[in-house]
Order: sequence, then C-alpha cells, then structure tokens
Amino acid sequence: MKKFAVVAAMATALLGSTAVMAADLEVTHWWTSAGEAAAVAEFARVFEEQTGNHWVDSALAGSGTGANPVIISRIIGGDPMGATQMNTGRDAEELIQAGLIRDLTPIVEEMGGLDFYVDQSLLAPCTYDGKIYCFPVNIHSWDWLWLSTKAYETIGQPVPKDWNEYVASWPALEEAGILPFGLATGWPFSGIPGVLMSGLGGSDLVLAINRDKSADAVRGPEFRKVAEALDHLRSVISPDMMVPSFGDVGNQLLEGTAAGNIHGDWLQGDLQVAGGVPGVDYECLPALGLGDQLTGGGDSFYFPVLPEGTDPAVIQAQTDLAKILISPEAQLAFNLKKGSMPIRTDIDLSGANACMAKALKLLDNGLLPSGDFALSSDTQQQMQDLNTEFLDDDSITVDDYIERYASIIESAE
Amino acid sequence: MADTAVQRVEGAGISGQRGFLRKTFVHNLPAKIAALPMIATVLIVFVGCTVWTIYYSFTNSKLLPTGKFVGFEQYERLFGTSRWNVSVTNLISYGAMSLVFTLVLGFLLAVLMDQKIRFESAFRTIMLYPFALSFIVTGLVWQWIMNPTLGLQTTIRNLGWTGFSFDWIANPRMVLFALLIAGLWQGVGFCMVLMLAGLRGVDDEIWKAARVDGIPTWRTYISIVLPMMRGVLVTAVVLIGSGIVRLYDLVVALTNGGPGISSEVPAKYVYNYMFSGGNIGQGLAAASMMLLTVVIIMIPWAYLEFGGKGRQS
Repeated sequence: MKKFAVVAAMATALLGSTAVMAADLEVTHWWTSAGEAAAVAEFARVFEEQTGNHWVDSALAGSGTGANPVIISRIIGGDPMGATQMNTGRDAEELIQAGLIRDLTPIVEEMGGLDFYVDQSLLAPCTYDGKIYCFPVNIHSWDWLWLSTKAYETIGQPVPKDWNEYVASWPALEEAGILPFGLATGWPFSGIPGVLMSGLGGSDLVLAINRDKSADAVRGPEFRKVAEALDHLRSVISPDMMVPSFGDVGNQLLEGTAAGNIHGDWLQGDLQVAGGVPGVDYECLPALGLGDQLTGGGDSFYFPVLPEGTDPAVIQAQTDLAKILISPEAQLAFNLKKGSMPIRTDIDLSGANACMAKALKLLDNGLLPSGDFALSSDTQQQMQDLNTEFLDDDSITVDDYIERYASIIESAE
Repeated sequence: MADTAVQRVEGAGISGQRGFLRKTFVHNLPAKIAALPMIATVLIVFVGCTVWTIYYSFTNSKLLPTGKFVGFEQYERLFGTSRWNVSVTNLISYGAMSLVFTLVLGFLLAVLMDQKIRFESAFRTIMLYPFALSFIVTGLVWQWIMNPTLGLQTTIRNLGWTGFSFDWIANPRMVLFALLIAGLWQGVGFCMVLMLAGLRGVDDEIWKAARVDGIPTWRTYISIVLPMMRGVLVTAVVLIGSGIVRLYDLVVALTNGGPGISSEVPAKYVYNYMFSGGNIGQGLAAASMMLLTVVIIMIPWAYLEFGGKGRQS
C-alpha cells in the first residue's frame, strides 16, 4: 500500500512537471496518403520547434466524407480535440452557432489583421457574425485537366492546349484503344460538373449559380453548354472501365492507357509519388485551358472550445498553433509537400513546379467560390446523387439534368 | 338481502383488483427487480429513441437536432428523390430474392447434410465459415472476384475463353444479383445450420412410421417434417428479414451503391444524409420510413402468432 502511494505520488509529480514544460495538443485531420502525411509532418515540426509543445497526431481515415462526421460527433459529444481540420463550407456553421468552436478574432487582432490572405473570399466561410472561427491553410482547386503525354505520342498528335482540342482528339484516341477519359468510381465524377462550369460557362455563371443560387442561370444557355459537355463526356466513359481510386487514374495517365482526367490538384501528389514529371510525363491545364480564374476551396483548421478546467498551457498551445499554421515558414514547408497553393504569396515560391506556377498566375485574378465552398453539404450530397445517376443512366437527358439541377439550386439555402 | 348481495359483489371487485396489483407487482418480486434494467433500456433506448427519431423527422434540422417543425416537408422531398425510390425498389427485390433463396438453399443443404454422410462436421464447418466473416470482408472479397478488369472475367479470358463475360458488378441491370451472390454466400450456411438443428429435432419414430406407410422420402420432408419445423422456420425468417432491412455494409463494401445509383439501399441513404450530408431531418424521415415498413410487416405476423393463441387458451 505504502509502495503504491509512493509510486502514485511520483507519477502525479511527473505528470505535473511535464504539463508545465510542454502541453500536448491533439490534432485531428484526414491527410493520410504519403504526400499528405509528409506535408502535415511539416506543420508538426514547425509547431514543436517553435513552441516546445507536443503535437499529438490523430490522423483519421476516410477523408472528408468519412472523417468529417467523426470529428463533428467528437465535438458535439463533448470530447473535443485541440485543433482539427474540418471541411470549409457551411458544415461548421451550426457548431459555431452552438458555441462549440473557439473565436479566433482576438488572435487575428493581435496579429494585426489577415490582409496577407491572397484572396479575402477564402475567409468568408470562416467568418460568422463578423468573427473569425477558422483559418484556411491552403487553397485547393478542382479545375485541372490532366493529360497524358504518352497517350498523345501513341496517336501521333500534339498534346491539346485546351478542352476543345482535347474533345476533338477523342475519336482518334478511341481508335487507338486508349481511354479518352480515365475515371475512378464514386465521388470523383461529382467534381467534374463544377470544373466544366467554370471552364466552359465562365466566371459569371459560377457566381450566379454557386453564390447567388440562381435557378434561372441553370436554365440559361451557358449552363446548357456545360450539361451538353457532360453528356458528351459520359458517352466515352463506361462503368466497366472505371478504376477503384483516383490514384489509379494517375497511373493510367503515366502509362498512357488513359489520355485525360479532370481532377483536383491533389492528384498531382500521386503523379509525383509515382515518378511523373510535369511537362514531360503529364501536362496540366488549369481551368481547362480556357478560363482565367480558378474555383477554389480550402482545407481549414478549427479550434474547438475546450472543456472547463483545461490546463491553460493547452489553451496557450492552441493559440500558438493557430498563428503558426498561417505563418510564412509553415505555409511554405507545408504547401510544397502538399501540392496545393499557399494562402499567402508573400513567400518565396521558387520551389514550385510548373503546374503550381501556372496556378499561382491564375490566383492573381481572384478565386471563384466552388460548390463545396458555397453550398451546404446537404445540397452537395443531392448534387452528387444527381451526377452519379446522370453518369450511369443514359435515359436522363440533358433537359432532365438541367431541370433537376435547377430544382436543387432552388431549394438550396 | 339485496344489500348484502351488492356488498359482496363490491367486495369481490376490490379484492380482485388487489389481487391483480399483487400479481403484477409483488408476486415473484426478485425476478421483476432483476428485469428492471432491461425494462428501462427498452423504454429509454428503444421506445424513447424511436419517438425522438420520429419527432425530429418532422423538423428541418440540419447538422444538429435544433430545427423547426415543418410537417411532412422532409417526407415530400424524400419521395420526390429518385435515389430514395430506387433504394426502396432495390431493397424489395433484393429482400424477396434473398429470403426465398436463403430459405430454399438452406433447407436443401440441410437435407443433404442429414443423409448421414461422412465428414459431416467438416462440411458443416466449411458451410458455416463464411458466416464468421463480416459483411465488409465478404463485400471486399467478392468485389475483387467480380471486378471485370481484375477478377474472374479477366482470369477466364486469359485462359483462352475470350468470349467469357461476367461483369454483373458493373452492369446496372445485374448488380443486384451480384449483391445477392455475396449475400447468399455469407448467409446460407447459417440458415442451413438452423434447419439442420430443426431436422435433427424430428423424432426418428415419425420417419419409421412414414416408411412403414410407404411415403416417399421427399414427400415426408415436405408434408411432415417441414410443418413440424415451424419454430425453426419462424426464427430463420425473422433473422434473415432483419438482415435484409438493415442491409448496408455489404453494399458499401461491394458496390458503394454503384454503378450510378443502381444498387443503393435505404440504410445507406439514411447514413449519407445524416452524416456526410449534414441533414438530420431528411435522414430521420428516411429512417422512420424504414421503421414503418418493418412495423407493417411485423404487426400482422405478431397478431397471428400471439393474438390468435391468446384467444384459444
């Protein structure tokens, strides 16, 4: 008994002393692929080096659709983590309303504002009632057309410079037994309509639909072009040629068995891990090579309100982490590994590859609100259902598609 | 005279009531105390949560259950959604096929097992083994087998039969059968074991009597043994039925609802809208419809099973 008491006393003393020296901060995120994990490790490194605190890494599998619900239920269930990645968009708005997310406005004031953000619209989903509740840490865009150099060598044509040239090359590709468009099963298809919308429909259409929720714009001639392009696209996709994951499409492009793919910039991480070199093994066309603006969304970090009685050192660690995530040093280290664009351009980006350089140029024209930025996840889910059905079921005509798209936009909040 | 009669009747009524109270609360008290936790669980978890679910299905709650009352709006949207309607149709066709095939195949296998064969326990283990695997594992295994570019189809084609085609998993019209194959592979063994237990419960004397009367074996099975196995059959139907209604993990692992929306099921709709779609109201409306379906099936059955007997005795 005595022995036990001594051990217990020693243990508490030990615990107490470590808490004074450094706080443990649990961080949840869903960056689990090789490139993503390396990028997150950069955040952890900078955080630990600069503050001496300890970054407890809780990576969750299942990305935005699998991990986000887990994170939300932990916050609602009263077991909040120190900091977490969460989908930007309107997902978190209710958590903020319920007072579960820490208000970062004092930190912003201390830093003297957030003018260094390359586009202030990035902060819109983090802002609620004039207060800031999250920090976007990078900019992701879906608006990329990836093309296989090898496939075009096979058919003896130059690699297309924009979407129209690409579409024109489909018959030749099919003749040579190359898939014109490689596609993975599941969610990747649902990102494509938004890309076609900004590339073919133009910036005004994107703003009218995503920001103003205008059903008339959906029924208009500009959106019809988008729907027709999507209809044309589904004619060259067959379900039995689809691969299990978007990373496999990357391999198809490098092997030259598929000629093109529309997918977000995170595909580039996989292309690079597989040994592909931009400009040599694959080409990238931001905004389909037609538009001059990208639609973007960001990965954001939220800081839940910690329960009463939490060690002040942990709360201080939260504050420190919030500042570090958007600091120039961490931004540079993180985004070079991640393949996404940084939220600030006042840093040395000479390490960026050819594709990222193209994107940074478009970034100067400002960002357009992408669907996952401006629409609630309920609306996004309905869109995804519609797109999945449209891809598979040829009996849904372009007119049906437009009408159903319009009615979803009409009911969107 | 009349007074006493009235008094006696009243007295009987009071003592009868007391007896009823006594019987309900005091008689066999320890057993009733022991049952209290379960009663509380049933009332709070099952009944309470069901009421909660139904109530919030009439609100416009999004991520948190805080919405306003909106009447049948969620239900109107639900039945205007083609994904939900496809899900319901899928569940009905899958359910009907699965129920029939599981019972028939399970019974046939059990009968074959019952022929005093050698290595019976080895066969029984083999047949029951798939049941030890979760639906997720089952789904993944069959996904690889049925994948047209990686699995059986390519293997057979590489062996020389280039015309061979087995692309059910990628074919919207056949994908339900692909689900059915995986589901049957997993579930038939268990049904067989139940049926076998039922068969073993039939007295040998009955077989002898049937043989003396010169009744053919198949006829004995269908007309004598099967009706005697009523209890086992009911158990099997209830187990298979509940498995069908909550069909979710197999679909997620095998097809994830695809191609397109052709293998969606209601439970997946509920999950998607509650968690990734952040629309609790819609998810709960769908969940309530699933409950209603179960209730519609269960009430006539419960009435026949319990109500009828109560009146007879």
